[in-house]
Amino acid sequence: MAREATTVTRTHPSGSDTPLSETTLSETTMSETNNLVDMSVDLSGMRLPNPLMTASGCAANGKELHRFFDIAELGAFVTKTVLADPRSGRGTPRMAETPSGMLNSIGLQGPGITAFVQNDLVWLKSVGARVLVSIAGNTVGEFADVAAVLRGSPAFDAVVGVEVNISCPNVANRGMVFACDPLSSAKVIALVRQKLPRDIPIFAKLSPDVTDIVEIAGACVKAGADGLTMINTLLGMVIDTDLLRPQVAGVTGGLSGPAIRPVAVRAIWQVRAAMIEGRIPAVPIIGVGGVRTGDDALQLVAAGASAIQVGTAIFNDPSAPVRVNRELAAALQDKGFDRFTDAVGIAHTRLSPQR
Amino acid sequence: MSRPSRTLTPQVAGELIATRRVGAYQRLTFAAPGVAELAKPGQFVALAVDGDTSAHLLRRCFSIHKVSPSGTHGGTVDVVVAARGPGTRWLTGLSTHHEVNIIGPLGRAFPLPTEPVACVLVGGGYGSAPLFWLAAALRERGCHVEMVLGAATEDRLFGVVEARRAADGLTVTTDDGSMGVKGWVSDVLPDVIRRSNAGVVYGCGPMAMLRSVTDLASAEGVIAQVAVEESMACGIGVCMTCVMPVTGNDGMTRMVRSCVEGPVFRGDRIRWDAFRDGWCQVPEDAHGAAATRGH
Repeated sequence: MAREATTVTRTHPSGSDTPLSETTLSETTMSETNNLVDMSVDLSGMRLPNPLMTASGCAANGKELHRFFDIAELGAFVTKTVLADPRSGRGTPRMAETPSGMLNSIGLQGPGITAFVQNDLVWLKSVGARVLVSIAGNTVGEFADVAAVLRGSPAFDAVVGVEVNISCPNVANRGMVFACDPLSSAKVIALVRQKLPRDIPIFAKLSPDVTDIVEIAGACVKAGADGLTMINTLLGMVIDTDLLRPQVAGVTGGLSGPAIRPVAVRAIWQVRAAMIEGRIPAVPIIGVGGVRTGDDALQLVAAGASAIQVGTAIFNDPSAPVRVNRELAAALQDKGFDRFTDAVGIAHTRLSPQR
Repeated sequence: MSRPSRTLTPQVAGELIATRRVGAYQRLTFAAPGVAELAKPGQFVALAVDGDTSAHLLRRCFSIHKVSPSGTHGGTVDVVVAARGPGTRWLTGLSTHHEVNIIGPLGRAFPLPTEPVACVLVGGGYGSAPLFWLAAALRERGCHVEMVLGAATEDRLFGVVEARRAADGLTVTTDDGSMGVKGWVSDVLPDVIRRSNAGVVYGCGPMAMLRSVTDLASAEGVIAQVAVEESMACGIGVCMTCVMPVTGNDGMTRMVRSCVEGPVFRGDRIRWDAFRDGWCQVPEDAHGAAATRGH
């Protein structure tokens, strides 16, 4: 079985062993539900008080959302993907609204790793955030360089893990994204793993736009990934029917939002099933894709996700990540769970005898 | 460890307390306690549309037309909406007592002059919405206020009656001559600037209009402060979709977010050369442009 399910840090031991009377339950408020369900989780050594995170690229680098909720309340804050150099990103329009979602083509706008560690990471540390840093590169070497600068930075102790965004075009492979090729993915993961201390887990962020996501997942884990983040956006396109031309300047873009949630559930399911069957080594999966409510999160969890990221829903409701955490805890309590981790992958044990 | 104190942005369920048609537009008044008290002219609000399970997730951003910090409903906020797509059609079709989730005030307000100089306020279509309380704030400081309102047709003008009260002088233009001078605001602006000896021009409306307002103001040696209309997905600075190239004090052009660094910019700092046919290109000399090329 997956190794994350066994190590659990109990933050609220008081309520879990005492049988609850009707009175106790009726007096329970929304904010107290966290006291009844142990939401803590350990992702390959990354111990978090709850499984909720922001999704990379949907929360900037923290300051903006901190005006709506205390980002230190999150299990982890996931930063916008950072590369070696400052990037302007693409021209506009960069966005199109789609049914229950959106298409975006930003072009990885960002300050570059040096400015990131000097400004953003220092600020994130000052507010007490647990930081999962998303990194990328146009070459395998750039990924490694970004990881090395991060490791050597003064606020590195705020970093609880690194997410490797391999959905980035590989300049050396005719611009094919790393995540679409098992060998390129494995090279990036192996090199980033070398550059970071052992106690910092690395997570490979996978693209769903592949023939066999289990193959890519297996390649990443064998190369040293301590976990997987699934899924990145799907490649999509929108035509402006007034002008009869592509609606975003980048022509194609990443599709996100509740519209893609079933794709995320399917991808997590397939990879988790492969881990259960021993076809690939078991590591924790961070689920992301179309989560807007606690119930949405529970789908990804039951399929096998040990943590949940909220992305596009933030644009609709800036406090969505902490709201989803409360709703998820309440949903787990309703269903009689004492611990969040007991629900991870549970749907794999509840299959129809005839499939 | 001591943590820096936090400034919170209000997010409230705003009850619609009045909605009425004004020409081609709909003016909505929301009870939005906490929002009105903080707002300044030029700032905007971001509205969620169609409830908690809406298939339209992105917020719709509107510049604030008017605030009343205290009244029977507590603070109220007015916005002016043109029904163009599914979100704005939903908003304009709402009946009173309906609740809409409102975030605001957002963005940077119009900077006000420290001296009582004459000002010209230019509005295109319902872009004029924020100019009336800007006019009040300017007159409070002793500024002479001229207003220029322009639109394609008379019904697409917004606030002509209000402008007569809010400004010391008013010039109206329509493309078809159905009201005021036949032509564009740019046809009359140089004369209004000269006649009033204006020190600042404020503009709000379509990008093409803001560009000509900036050019004409610059030609007269006057600073233009313009509020841009870029499409935004979040309004709070996290989605990175509403960016545009703007030159900073250091002379460097950056792709900045119009929701947090704007929506009000000094017109002469916007890289108008980057805008063409509804696209905005990243200027080659922009910060980080080289690293993005090839993608």
